[in-house]
Amino acid sequence: MKPFAPIAALCLLAFASTSQAADPSLGRNLAATCSNCHGTNGNAVKGSGMDALAGMEKTKILQKLADFRSGDKPASIMHQISKGYTEAQLDLIAGYFAAQK
Amino acid sequence: MMLMKRRDFLKVGAAAGAMASLYGCAGGGKAGGHVVVVGGGYGGATVAKYLRMWSEGGVQVTLIERNPTFISCPISNLVIGGMKTMEDITVSYDGLKNTWGVRVVQDEVTAVNPEKRSISLKSGGSMSYDRLVLSPGVDFMFDQIPGLNNAAAQSKILHAWKAGAQTVALRQQLVAMKDGGTYAIAIPKAPYRCPPGPYERASLVADYFKHNKPKSKVVILDANEDVTSKKGLFKKAWKDLYGGILEYRNNSEVKDVDVASNTAILEFDKFKADVLNVIPPQRAGAIAAQSGLKLINGRWVDVNWLSMESNSTPGIHVLGDAVFPAPTMPKSGHMANQHGKLAAAAILNLLAGEAPNPQPVVMNTCYSFVDAKNVIHVASVHQYDPATKAPQPVKGAGGISAARNELEAKAAMGWAKNIWADMLA
Repeated sequence: MKPFAPIAALCLLAFASTSQAADPSLGRNLAATCSNCHGTNGNAVKGSGMDALAGMEKTKILQKLADFRSGDKPASIMHQISKGYTEAQLDLIAGYFAAQK
Repeated sequence: MMLMKRRDFLKVGAAAGAMASLYGCAGGGKAGGHVVVVGGGYGGATVAKYLRMWSEGGVQVTLIERNPTFISCPISNLVIGGMKTMEDITVSYDGLKNTWGVRVVQDEVTAVNPEKRSISLKSGGSMSYDRLVLSPGVDFMFDQIPGLNNAAAQSKILHAWKAGAQTVALRQQLVAMKDGGTYAIAIPKAPYRCPPGPYERASLVADYFKHNKPKSKVVILDANEDVTSKKGLFKKAWKDLYGGILEYRNNSEVKDVDVASNTAILEFDKFKADVLNVIPPQRAGAIAAQSGLKLINGRWVDVNWLSMESNSTPGIHVLGDAVFPAPTMPKSGHMANQHGKLAAAAILNLLAGEAPNPQPVVMNTCYSFVDAKNVIHVASVHQYDPATKAPQPVKGAGGISAARNELEAKAAMGWAKNIWADMLA
């Protein structure tokens, strides 16, 4: 069973870490709550006027979200939605979108 | 991302299943099995696509839908107002079939056997499932309005609260109405599908009258004590835009209708209209009760909010308008789409022998047109709360538009294009 040892170790890690990381799909699931407007996996429909988040740098997404939350960036709706997520959740969301193509 | 064709995914599923048992801790991508989804609306189409996408083709998905194409309820009030066409709100199921390898079957489910985990189809035959997802939307309680409880009455006094033939028929009634006529819309007591929808419809019909039949009137007969969604914004729009055209009457529950004279019968009053549009009280689509699922108040399905699984019947998940809502959670297409993703993630975990994500989040965005160019929104975010075992609205988040505006009309159409693609492309 040697080839599977690293995976077993990963399993243990997943279970041992905090509850936030208990489900390895948490970032994926959270990002999916955005895709109604921003497109599946952040690939917004071209010409729809919505920000395509797929592949955007994580720091850039997090800065945008922080500016929405603080009110520094004027918004019609994102100032209200961004406040509904914890900072840890926004970090997972930004990381997921940044990793998409 | 393209997925493999159906003939390939059985063997991949088997391989994935073997991997899952070897690895033990495998995530959603390692799940296998057959999920049957009943109803291809906002909830059902979404769960079908996301199960295929997130399992990387490992889970086989069959979607059973009675209609040949998807027709959207959101945006359909613009068809009734004459600003959009049916073509604008119709989307094919080809993306689900060809891109995602969902088996789409045009049929109706007539019975569910939860013990044998099988369903019966109207066309004959049956199908087995590992997990079943019901996304049946609402059915109308015509028995609450006795005069409407027959097919002839229902073809004259329309609800147009499921987009399709009735959307077209209501538009035709409005076009045929003489200038100087009255359109009345009756709203049932909450909860009902799409809380702001009736007020949006009244606004868009008033906009149509204003520009085309200026002597005509719109009357809202609302069974509720007051406007149930975006109250201040709707009332301001009516005052600013439709003075002398639109009249709002609260506490005006329609108890019956006289079909011959097109009259709504209220408790102490009657109202005769040229075009009478009655939205009846609603409950979960009939298949929910037929399947023996526990209903709350005899109307809405009781679900576990970690998985959307019925609290009475293992293996059956329920989405969208059919569900007994969590606090302040609206019955909306957007929310049904969110239910679909929550359920897809949970089902993949369950098929892989794991517990569902203990911290799901869902959110809602709803845009309403108050005239052809101006829109208002309401938004909310709901985080799962272990103490109440339900998603609760996050305090300090969400809200409504500061004022009606043209920018959000673009956002509304952008929302529609993206959510339709998120479900079906």
